[in-house]
Amino acid sequence: MSGTDIPLVRAINVHKSFGRLEVLKGINLDVKSGQVVCLLGPSGGGKSTFLRCLNHLEKIDRGTIFVDGKPVGYRMNQGKFYEIREREVALQRAQIGMVFQRFNLFSNRTALENVIEGPIQVLKIDPKGARETAVRLLERVGMMDWADRYPAQLSGGQQQRVAIARSLAMNPKLMLFDEPTSALDPELVGDVLSVMRSLAADGMTMIVVTHEIGFAREVADQAVFMFDGVIAEEGRPADVFSNPRHERTQQFLSKVL
Amino acid sequence: MDELTELEKFSGEMPIVPLRKWGRWASAIIVVAAFVAFIVSLRHAQIAWGDVPKFFTYHTMIQGLYQTILLTIACMATGIILGVVIAIMRRSTNPVMSWLAWLYIYIFRGLPALLQLYIWFNLALAFKTIGIPGLVSISTNTVITPFVAGVLGLGLNESAYYAEIVRAGFNSVDHGQVEAAASIGMRPSQTMRRVILPQAMRVIIPPTGNDFINMIKGTSLASVIGVHELLLSASNIYAANFRIMEALMSAALWYMVIVSLASIGQYWIEKKYASDRSNPATMKKVMGRSLNPNGFFRRMIGRNEAIV
Repeated sequence: MSGTDIPLVRAINVHKSFGRLEVLKGINLDVKSGQVVCLLGPSGGGKSTFLRCLNHLEKIDRGTIFVDGKPVGYRMNQGKFYEIREREVALQRAQIGMVFQRFNLFSNRTALENVIEGPIQVLKIDPKGARETAVRLLERVGMMDWADRYPAQLSGGQQQRVAIARSLAMNPKLMLFDEPTSALDPELVGDVLSVMRSLAADGMTMIVVTHEIGFAREVADQAVFMFDGVIAEEGRPADVFSNPRHERTQQFLSKVL
Repeated sequence: MDELTELEKFSGEMPIVPLRKWGRWASAIIVVAAFVAFIVSLRHAQIAWGDVPKFFTYHTMIQGLYQTILLTIACMATGIILGVVIAIMRRSTNPVMSWLAWLYIYIFRGLPALLQLYIWFNLALAFKTIGIPGLVSISTNTVITPFVAGVLGLGLNESAYYAEIVRAGFNSVDHGQVEAAASIGMRPSQTMRRVILPQAMRVIIPPTGNDFINMIKGTSLASVIGVHELLLSASNIYAANFRIMEALMSAALWYMVIVSLASIGQYWIEKKYASDRSNPATMKKVMGRSLNPNGFFRRMIGRNEAIV
């Protein structure tokens, strides 16, 4: 745990509906700097939607999300939240890394070009420096040998590791993972999880939506179970996995363990 | 038991006899016969063939060729630039912009190109002068020359079609690409320039080539408002000497020449830009050149053919 008591992420009473369907029904969550939080639960429970709200890919209907002390998507002034421009939202997003289920690497750029895109275009770092960082990061995720390949020439696991490097290149304060291993062949899951494990060990703050119970049990500081748009149970993985109190958590765990 | 004896008779390898393609040979004979008949009939036609190459290099014809090429390029440039702008407006979150783009496409795609040419050409009948009241005012006839009317008529018509081509290109880019761009902090304009447009190109380029080739021929419409392009040059020639078919034939020859050159250009540009990097199959095609196993003669004798 880090020394500060102010959480890096604070979600207060977050509500979100798609049309008539209420997907999030008042989510409250604190994540401290350096913590790894795993969001667990059945599909349709609102985990991914909540994660997407955290960097304003979805606009919330009610409540507030603070990241690093600032409300996401808004500016506070004299008791009111003012909506900010898309380019200002972009600056907020630049500090929050996101890894997608379907990787979403830029298909017209090589692995290396994917990684240097953000630093050069957004952070305005000189191409030489961006390249050096990219090489270091691709080595870290074990993808330097494939640096000049296009995404279509890489396996899912390789694409996901490049996608993680692309996010890290922005030097984010927080990393969001949206089911990073769900689209992978079983034998490729391990490589991606080990990269994530090493990130966690280095003290990166991570919020991970996942179905990998083993990973959550081993790496997470906090496990959060979401059902039907509410948080049913949260706590240290050692406690909640072996001793779930909520009935739905018990049912869910009995199916996946 | 019969099968077993067949199997026993089989010793190692046997030659394969391809299926005879009788239909292909029959159709070949019919087509060749029709061609010969056509050529023979042309020899009896009342066309002075010797005049065709003569008109082909007439000074008027060369000037017409020059005007056709110039008008094609000007119209396509107008169409592409305006088309991209309209397509971006069409997908704008600003409802005024997207509605305006819709209206623009509705009008300029809805009216016949020939009618639009006439309207621009006759603009001076409605507005004697154009300009900003109190600042500038110019006689409409000075500004709207036949060539300018041609560019406006055909170029604006093209831009409405082109906007739809670009829109289809934008729609072909997976939304995940846009979200990924947003997640690394790219602004909407950067996302458009760096992520959406380059990926939309492979969908946009092939129909652009088609439109270009269509435009080469479409510029002949501008002959009715007095642009001295190929067709008007041909009719000027036959107006003087009544060699109507001969003059039209030499114009036809020029169109074939430009269209062929443009087709070659289209082939190369498509090969260079339209390879789909998100599709491993076409990547391979670009990287490793392969011999065509389905060539004309191989197909006639039925060898090495893909089944479906």
